[in-house]
Amino acid sequence: MAESVKYRKVYVGVELSVSPQGDVRPRTIIFEDGNKYQIDRLRQKCRAHATKVGGTGIRYTVIICNKETYLYEDDGRWFVEAKDIGG
Amino acid sequence: MERTILHCDMNNFYASVECMLDMSLKGKAVAVGGDVENRHGIILAKNYEAKKYGVQTGEALWQARQKCRNLVIVPPHYEQYIKYSKLARQIYAEYTDLVEPYGMDECWLDVSGSIGIYGDGEKIANKIRERMKFELGLTISAGVSFNKIFAKLGSDMKKPDAVTVISKDSFREQIWQLPASDLLGVGRATQKVLTLYGIKTIGDLANASPDLIERRLGKCGLMCIRYAKGEDISRVMPTDFEPPVKSVGHGITAKQDLENPAEVWNIMLSLTQDIGHKLRVYGKRAGGVQIDIRNNQLRHKQWQCRLSNRTNSSAIIAKTAFELFVKNYKWEYPIRSVTVRAINLHSAIEAEQLDFFGNAEETAKRERLETAIEKIRDRFGKHSIQPATLYRDIKMPNDREVELTMPTGLII
Ligand SMILES: [Mg+2]
Repeated sequence: MAESVKYRKVYVGVELSVSPQGDVRPRTIIFEDGNKYQIDRLRQKCRAHATKVGGTGIRYTVIICNKETYLYEDDGRWFVEAKDIGG
Repeated sequence: MERTILHCDMNNFYASVECMLDMSLKGKAVAVGGDVENRHGIILAKNYEAKKYGVQTGEALWQARQKCRNLVIVPPHYEQYIKYSKLARQIYAEYTDLVEPYGMDECWLDVSGSIGIYGDGEKIANKIRERMKFELGLTISAGVSFNKIFAKLGSDMKKPDAVTVISKDSFREQIWQLPASDLLGVGRATQKVLTLYGIKTIGDLANASPDLIERRLGKCGLMCIRYAKGEDISRVMPTDFEPPVKSVGHGITAKQDLENPAEVWNIMLSLTQDIGHKLRVYGKRAGGVQIDIRNNQLRHKQWQCRLSNRTNSSAIIAKTAFELFVKNYKWEYPIRSVTVRAINLHSAIEAEQLDFFGNAEETAKRERLETAIEKIRDRFGKHSIQPATLYRDIKMPNDREVELTMPTGLII
């Protein structure tokens, strides 16, 4: 059964590392409730439309606990597309 | 050498940006409306769903709602339109340095020099079209041709999210049967004259007698004939993007008549909060202030003055507006409406000859303070921080989208 899953834009804190060349890499995602998630790998970086929640940004394809997910940076703020539970 | 020119037109630009930002609008009939809380608000833009109901740009909001019961009307977010207009131009700039904007949502690109790298014009147009969708969530329609006029015409022929090629070999079959008024440059007045002589299509125009056309329409007429024949040779002129804003003004009609200077001050202070914000968004500073006061006999008076230092500071603009008011208004009648405008706008980065008597340091300090306030509003909303006096009832109409002066020259 194709149940439609709802998503919402959740702004998050991000710990970054910056190389001497100025390349920015997100390292950790911190949710508002304090939960921290280590980014294990960075797979891709491109500008993209966030098709699930709207808006656009620089999209980082990241691996967290063996799962691939998108992290976006838009005008200095970072967000993820979170599944809306109980919505 | 034959040129390759693209004309890219972002489809339903304002409405598309709104729908892209808020996915809950997807599939709904959506319009962007100016001054939504006001009876006199109008439709600024609409999406295809709204178009199906016959909703038209420029008509009153209530008319549009009558045509389409479920129409969702959202207020305009100019800072977003400017942002996405710039992002689109960044994409264009990757294919050529010859990019000429035409309004906020259209550009010509001369890609003649890029064909060796990226493939022919159609290929480049399709690449841009796909990128626009993927990166910005917006669609464009593009025309590809050997001159600017036909490229523009092509971008109008298939919408949305489409590419139309008009080539040197096939343009006669492709476009000569289209109405002459589809050509850029053939305005309503020209079209009227042409119709008098039985010239209806682009093909009719191409084959019309130049003598007759010149007698009736002068040089412009001859230019239109050249356009129709595909002989437009005008170049794509790279121009720096500057939203052509001449002034930023806000005005309101008070809930009740204003009876004393203190009440006028409150209104002016409130109006200038938005003006300062807009100036920052557009990257402008005002060189002068203009006020427009209407009394309860509905008579207008207007005054203006220069600012000793250009500024985007709401507080300084408010203070100047109020001084102007106190100096000039005679209080024969109470006041019905107040408008404040920031005028003589200059690019914020432009150098300025400082006035010997002006207090540039004070202005700079004030601007820094307001930049900090802006940041707070960005994060927590427009009303999260404001002058204390504005938290009281100041006879401001409720929940206003104040009468916004549209930046002139923007194409919707
Ligand atoms: Mg357009």
